Amino acid sequence: MAILITKRLLMMLLTMFAVSLILFLLLEIDVDTIAIKVLGQFSTEEQRYLWLERNGYYEPVYKRYIIWLGNFITGDFGTSTIYKIPVAEVLWPRLWNTTILAFWVFVFLVPVSLVLGILSGMREGSKLDRTISVVSILTTSVPEFASTVFFSGLFVFSLQWLPGTSSMFEGFDWKQLVLPVLVLLVYDFGYVTRMTRASMAEVMTTHYVRTAVLKGLPYKRVILKHALRNALIAPFTVLMLQINWLLSGVIVVEFFYAYKGFGALLLEAALRQDIYMIEACTMVAVFVVVMTQVFSDIAYTLLNPRIRFS
Amino acid sequence: MAEQSNEVVLNIQNLDISYYTRAGEIPAVVDFSLEVKRGETIGLVGESGCGKSTVAMAIMQYMGHNGAVKSGTIEFKGRDLTKLSEEELRQIRGKEISMIYQEPFSALNPSMRIDQQLMEVPLAHEQIDVKEAHERARQILTDVNIPDPDRVLASYPHQLSGGQQQRVVIAMGLLSNPDLLLLDEPTTALDVTVEAGIVKLIANISKKFGTSQIYISHNLGLILETCDRVFVMYSGEVVEEGRIKPLFKSPRHPYTHGLFGCIALPTADKTAAPLTPIRGQLPLPHERPKGCNFAPRCDHFAAGVCDQDDIHMEDVADDVDGKHRVRCLRWTEIEQIRAEADQSKEAAGIGHEVLKVIDMQKYYSMHDRSLKAVMSGTSVKLVKANEKIDFEAHESETLAIVGESGCGKSTLAKVLLGLETATGGEIFLNGEAIHDVSVQSRSNSQLASMQMVFQNPSDTLNPSHTVGQQIGRAITKFGVEHNRHKVRDMVMSLLDIVKLPRDFYYRRPRQLSGGQKQRIGIARAFAGQPSMIIADEPVSALDVSVAAAITELLMDLQRERKMTLLFISHDLSIVRYLSDRILVMYLGQVMEQGLTREVFQPPYHPYTEALLSAVPIADPEVSKREIVLEGNLPSVLNPPKGCPFETRCPRKVGKICEEDRPPVQSDSENHHIACHIPLDELRQVEPVIEVPDAAVA
Repeated sequence: MAILITKRLLMMLLTMFAVSLILFLLLEIDVDTIAIKVLGQFSTEEQRYLWLERNGYYEPVYKRYIIWLGNFITGDFGTSTIYKIPVAEVLWPRLWNTTILAFWVFVFLVPVSLVLGILSGMREGSKLDRTISVVSILTTSVPEFASTVFFSGLFVFSLQWLPGTSSMFEGFDWKQLVLPVLVLLVYDFGYVTRMTRASMAEVMTTHYVRTAVLKGLPYKRVILKHALRNALIAPFTVLMLQINWLLSGVIVVEFFYAYKGFGALLLEAALRQDIYMIEACTMVAVFVVVMTQVFSDIAYTLLNPRIRFS
Repeated sequence: MAEQSNEVVLNIQNLDISYYTRAGEIPAVVDFSLEVKRGETIGLVGESGCGKSTVAMAIMQYMGHNGAVKSGTIEFKGRDLTKLSEEELRQIRGKEISMIYQEPFSALNPSMRIDQQLMEVPLAHEQIDVKEAHERARQILTDVNIPDPDRVLASYPHQLSGGQQQRVVIAMGLLSNPDLLLLDEPTTALDVTVEAGIVKLIANISKKFGTSQIYISHNLGLILETCDRVFVMYSGEVVEEGRIKPLFKSPRHPYTHGLFGCIALPTADKTAAPLTPIRGQLPLPHERPKGCNFAPRCDHFAAGVCDQDDIHMEDVADDVDGKHRVRCLRWTEIEQIRAEADQSKEAAGIGHEVLKVIDMQKYYSMHDRSLKAVMSGTSVKLVKANEKIDFEAHESETLAIVGESGCGKSTLAKVLLGLETATGGEIFLNGEAIHDVSVQSRSNSQLASMQMVFQNPSDTLNPSHTVGQQIGRAITKFGVEHNRHKVRDMVMSLLDIVKLPRDFYYRRPRQLSGGQKQRIGIARAFAGQPSMIIADEPVSALDVSVAAAITELLMDLQRERKMTLLFISHDLSIVRYLSDRILVMYLGQVMEQGLTREVFQPPYHPYTEALLSAVPIADPEVSKREIVLEGNLPSVLNPPKGCPFETRCPRKVGKICEEDRPPVQSDSENHHIACHIPLDELRQVEPVIEVPDAAVA
């Protein structure tokens, strides 16, 4: 077990290193472009030269990379060209906001989709199964940009229950969080439900579930003790992937509701060529992806004893 | 075979079971009646698709959402199981009726420990606490002869060997001391010597607890060893029932007769008394003929009699031996018609040497990447899959390689075929050295001259190509012929050779039955006119009657084409039937080799002796000495230092067996035994299988 974790963590560091190298080569190798991006396209040749000189851009590439990497590791991401303040000061609050959003989506997503998936996979082909399947396919096939408009129309304009934007200028307001969470939940729960259902349905046809039934165990115990644990292995991986999606895939929702989150920041940085912001956002996103993978690998061995003791 | 009382535990009357699919109602079991008394063991025997497992599932009332009992009753201790509620059934399942399954590994939950899986049975049915349940689980594991119950209790299923898993499943079935035990092919997935242990255990249980049993199997030999009465099923119906001995001595139904003709009894011989396969195929459930289901395959079919109404069971005898009933209208007439026709075939003369293997070794290296192994410097281990293999094979000869799983017989086949190259030693095929020539660098003629027939025909045919394409491709690949029309003609003649209709050329594998697929596999192997065929368990995945037909096909082909057949098998009865010489392997080493006659008579290697004893023989006349091996096969990673068989050997001499490799002793020019026991002493041993003279004649 200790070896597994160490191995995974080493792999993770290696991945991060590789990504950073690619990122550096892609964005930092052509120094003139950087100067244009930072100083603006109306700067003069001389201004650019002086700026590059002052910031050590004429050092050899490997030396620059080492310094760049060192700064990154110590949390110094440079200065944002849009906000004119250090990237870290913008990035961390934004990441925190997205974490709040993702947390609440998860709080509802996990129980709803697992329960629905298990209920429908338990008796494949039953009425309940068909109802759940139809609902989950329907909701998943509506894209976020459509459901944002729909929910806003319903809750903001017709019923006037909820505010239409979620920028939270006057501090945290749970009312402003409802619509983004709702849209993400409606879009995502169907997918996870379907995955859970498939896994559960497969487990229900295995011989060990038959053994459990024919042992005379109460149905509840057959489901909870025998089927569930084996059925949860596949959805677990899917849920872990949802974390990544919630981090960087929520651009539409954050943008629509003017929610000050990570996705919106990423979009903004990309549109306005904020090179240091892009670098920082990418590294953070990669970190989260790799971290969830490590976590799911470890959890996997706990769920599946065949891996643990091989 | 325990003490029986007259109390009827299970009484099934006129049971009809159907599956309801989109295509309509498919009758799975028709007109099934059965009475089980306390302590009695009933055998249900038949080929796949005959409905024997459906009966077991109906008794359990677990038939899936599309299966249902159409009519009839299943009375268990006076209560009709078909009329009980789910909750009432739950209380009976696992407590009063329990079941033991074919594949122990898939019957156990992979993510629960054995103790939890065992303890939940009494916890669900009785008012006891966890501590008592644990004690019961431990006790039952001791009862099924598991040597270290505490370790097993704390294990997950994948940490146990197949035999141990099956013992756990049996223990699980016995935990609540049920009145009725259903055993669905409980030993089919196990090795022969392990099977022998399990069969003995099941017999002891029935004696000790007075449990009634229904034993489902396709293996007539096992049924003979375990059961009091037997029901032979064919295409959803019981065709014959009776007490074991009278039924096995004089079967009445043509199908039962046919079954006995298909199995290699010690009295069968490939030249003097060859197997007689049943012609034709099992009809699909919705295509059953009118009248007798067996009529299209029966030699005694009489038009106007057998194809009229449904046929009912008739009494053959009802005496002290119990009822003997048969579902055949002509059983009295058949008795006179059936005169043994002379079917003997010409023996083929054994020719020149085709294959020579000298001191062949195959080692694999295994990497253990755990921290402990890396620290102690033992991270690379050598697995000796084959150690000093030495033999030769001749033209028209059948050489059998016998051994249980993990004995290295498949590795040997791989090395011969060039899928692996030998670590040491030499191999000559038709005089050419091939031990270090891998399959990619072999010449076309080398490839064509040695071909393989695989165990599982379904997995070896490409599902998206037609039969004609697959065989034709082999012909062009071997460079035998490139002209499209000529290739086609060759495929057609190959189809003739394997006795398949020519229009199979356009079929795809999914349209074929298992036996037909195996014939295609054989046709493909023959595409290059090989001088040698390696057949790796070619019939073990097939039904009895199909297996007999394939065996006979291989024998006929050998006679016609004088090819060498290397027959890899764990089944000694089929090996005795068709082979000229036998190589007995254990943990990668040859324990004994010799002519078939020599291997089956003393002096034996102690392992051969145990193997012979483990083979179930479906002939009540034949007597057998019982030798049950203790323990499991040692791991190939950590084999014993001296004789590989030392850990399980019932004749172990002492320290010498643990420390020194046994010397090879020669009894005759062909017969060699690797054992520390002197030959003279081994000669004193009585034969394991005694065939009475009358049966031989």
